[in-house]
Amino acid sequence: MIYLEYLGYFFIVIGVVFLFLGALGIYRMPDVFTRMQAGTKATTLGALGTILGVGLVQPEWFWKTLIIALFIGISNPISSHAVARASHKSGLRPFVKKEDMDALADIKEAKEVK
Amino acid sequence: MDWMAFLVSGLVLILIISAVFSIMQKDLLVAVIGTAAISVVLSILFYLLQAPDVALTEAAIGAALSTIIFLIAIKKTDRFEE
Amino acid sequence: MIYFIVAVLSLALLFAVIRGINGPTASDRIVALDNLTTITTAALVLLGLFFERYIYVDVALIYGVLSFIGVLTMARYMGGGL
Repeated sequence: MIYLEYLGYFFIVIGVVFLFLGALGIYRMPDVFTRMQAGTKATTLGALGTILGVGLVQPEWFWKTLIIALFIGISNPISSHAVARASHKSGLRPFVKKEDMDALADIKEAKEVK
Repeated sequence: MDWMAFLVSGLVLILIISAVFSIMQKDLLVAVIGTAAISVVLSILFYLLQAPDVALTEAAIGAALSTIIFLIAIKKTDRFEE
Repeated sequence: MIYFIVAVLSLALLFAVIRGINGPTASDRIVALDNLTTITTAALVLLGLFFERYIYVDVALIYGVLSFIGVLTMARYMGGGL
């Protein structure tokens, strides 16, 4: 199955390019929340593409790579959500135009951390 | 495999920079983040030097256990160094 | 092919480490560490493909399971929990 190997390398190259774009977004964006958005969405897509591409190149490895991809797809949004909520609680605010766009505005701030 | 020599030298450079950054820092939470970054880079280095069991132990201890213990210790004391 | 993949991944590691060094607040550094651990998990699976050893994927599995616990603990500390 030589076509499966070509398809796997195609997925690997797409995933690696998306990992690089996520890191570039972390380097270039101006705010914590925009950095988090660029660095989590693009990085999750890149990691899923890379790991499933490895599972397509070596078909005996497919189930283990599927487990790793499933766990990354679960754990990466959870950690991003926790970091966003904690950084909003510790006093950082996003750049918004209108006042009612801050959806977490009624949450009390934590006392000692800043 | 001469991409491996390039990768190992670059990772050692990142390791040294991260260690010096983690020592010079006054905010202890940032120092803990530097320690976790050292653990990440050291795990890739052990993996590249054909020792996957040491890499597995380093990943398990450095990523989860030492971070949690350091953060509990910082929570009991102060965050900022004098 | 291998040269292209290794070069792009090391460039991504370099950008994440630069943001981790000169991020203004602690949240930026936590986001950079999260990005660094995800890039590391993908890189461990890719190096297992390049070395052609099936055992090496286990390290990436353990690292993918355990690496997000550290980031979650740091987030709980910053939010005032823990």
